[in-house]
Amino acid sequence: MAAIEILGLEKIYMVGFWKKRPKPALQPLHLTVEDGEIFGFLGPNGAGKTTTLKMLMGLVFPTSGRARILSHDWTDPQVKAQIGFLPEQPYFYDYLTAHELLDYYGQLSGVPAKDRKRRIEEVLALVGLTDVKGVQLRKFSKGMLQRAGIAQAILHNPKLVFFDEPMSGLDPLGRREVRDLMEQLKHEGKTVFFSTHILSDAEALCDRVAIIHKGELRGVGAVEDLTSSVQGKVEVIWQGTQVPASMKSLGAECHVTGDRVRAVIADTQQDAAIDALRREHLRLIAIIPLRTSLEAYFVEKLQHSQTTAGTTA
Amino acid sequence: MSARIVHIASNTFREAVRDRVLYNLIAFALLLSGAAIFISQISIEVERLVVINLGLTAVSLFGVVIAIFIGIGLVSKEIEKRTLYTVLSRPVRRWEFIVGKFFGLAGTLVVNTLFMAIGVFGALLYVAHKFSSPDAFIFVALYFIILEFLILCSLALLFSSFSSPLLSAVFTFSLFVIGSFADDLRGFAEMTHGITRAIVTAAAYLVPNFSTLNVISAVAHQQPVAGQLILQNSFYALFYTAMALSGAVLIFERRNLK
Repeated sequence: MAAIEILGLEKIYMVGFWKKRPKPALQPLHLTVEDGEIFGFLGPNGAGKTTTLKMLMGLVFPTSGRARILSHDWTDPQVKAQIGFLPEQPYFYDYLTAHELLDYYGQLSGVPAKDRKRRIEEVLALVGLTDVKGVQLRKFSKGMLQRAGIAQAILHNPKLVFFDEPMSGLDPLGRREVRDLMEQLKHEGKTVFFSTHILSDAEALCDRVAIIHKGELRGVGAVEDLTSSVQGKVEVIWQGTQVPASMKSLGAECHVTGDRVRAVIADTQQDAAIDALRREHLRLIAIIPLRTSLEAYFVEKLQHSQTTAGTTA
Repeated sequence: MSARIVHIASNTFREAVRDRVLYNLIAFALLLSGAAIFISQISIEVERLVVINLGLTAVSLFGVVIAIFIGIGLVSKEIEKRTLYTVLSRPVRRWEFIVGKFFGLAGTLVVNTLFMAIGVFGALLYVAHKFSSPDAFIFVALYFIILEFLILCSLALLFSSFSSPLLSAVFTFSLFVIGSFADDLRGFAEMTHGITRAIVTAAAYLVPNFSTLNVISAVAHQQPVAGQLILQNSFYALFYTAMALSGAVLIFERRNLK
């Protein structure tokens, strides 16, 4: 079952003094996110990620298109009881304590009073804010606010969680904790849709990703699929400091580091390379298929779009 | 009323209390007690008149300032600080948010007025040593002041739903000033002719009629307030408030929260 079906959502803002000049923020977007997956929505700043999320949350109205969330129309208020949302750089009522904030949001989400108290304690413990639950949010650091934001997003035990740049403002330890939390949510059967421009987070976490740039979807797929489409090359590593002539003849690019040599060759030359190392009595350590990193794929998609735009111009 | 409206209203009230809005009561208490002592020493026979006039006018002005300055930020501040995002991403309808905010501010003003009313009666007792039966009409004057606050809150919310806090303050305050002279405006309309008369009459009836809600002077002079006026003002204020709130909801329902 699809958790999110985006069916041609499009947003064009009218700008200028008379609001006559159209400025597209999002081209018609078609995207499906399956139930139970962690889906990364990637793109540089200003790509249209937040606009998409805001449209799904009903904060911004689309120019055209529609969406379905958890098999319901996305404007259905009852859908909102089953989703959680963490906005980018969240800011909350700073006169409230963390506990009061969660109590308020729990009330708005319709969490019964008897469950609310227990649930608040649970999520405060989960995000590590139990010790400061009585402190007003105006005294919170950026990282603590982010944690409070995550707590409010999962407080009502939603089936689907939207995180907009959840790692923003967090230190490495905080980022790690958020990653662990997202994996835990997936383990609990929840769907996580998160936008980010930090590719290492997406690569480590996501089942699938979509890349968006200048309001247009550039690519979508499983991380493994996107990162395995290399060039057909392997990295051969052996012990030693010498590069045999037979390896050089295979066209290998070799680098000596300490007592190891790394050579990148075409995967069709793999058997020949093994034979060459055996003949020279060198100890083979590893043969690793080279994969494109998500970053390389991302950059390639962005550069491709820029080249296309340049050609068109 | 939906539970969500009650929660939003309670939170708005809590915000006002925590932001020390009720601290204005200290200033009010100092003003009134100082005035009462001063008046009791210099006035002869008119202490009651002066204290009621001064006290109720202060209640009105303090409340107007609070209604405008909190009201104009009720929606725009939530958008600017993005606190609205986490509210509207829950099963909260936009109209519920507006109505909840309105009741929160109205509740703050009613509580504030009740405390100030205690101050007015305290000052009156200090200078006059006893209450007389016409003093009961002070309650009517206070009720009309609260009706005035309801209209102002709804207007501040209306402007806050589409413009910046500064512009909202200017619009709301302007309407308060014009509305305070609504009777004069209507009188002026009757003196004009043709298209001018139509425009001025329309404007006179469009702006809130705060002058009809001002019975402070009559009450201070121990004149009774007619029951019909109470009924008429109640309907007028509630109708005007409902219209302004509906306008705020209509605008806010269509607004993109960029």
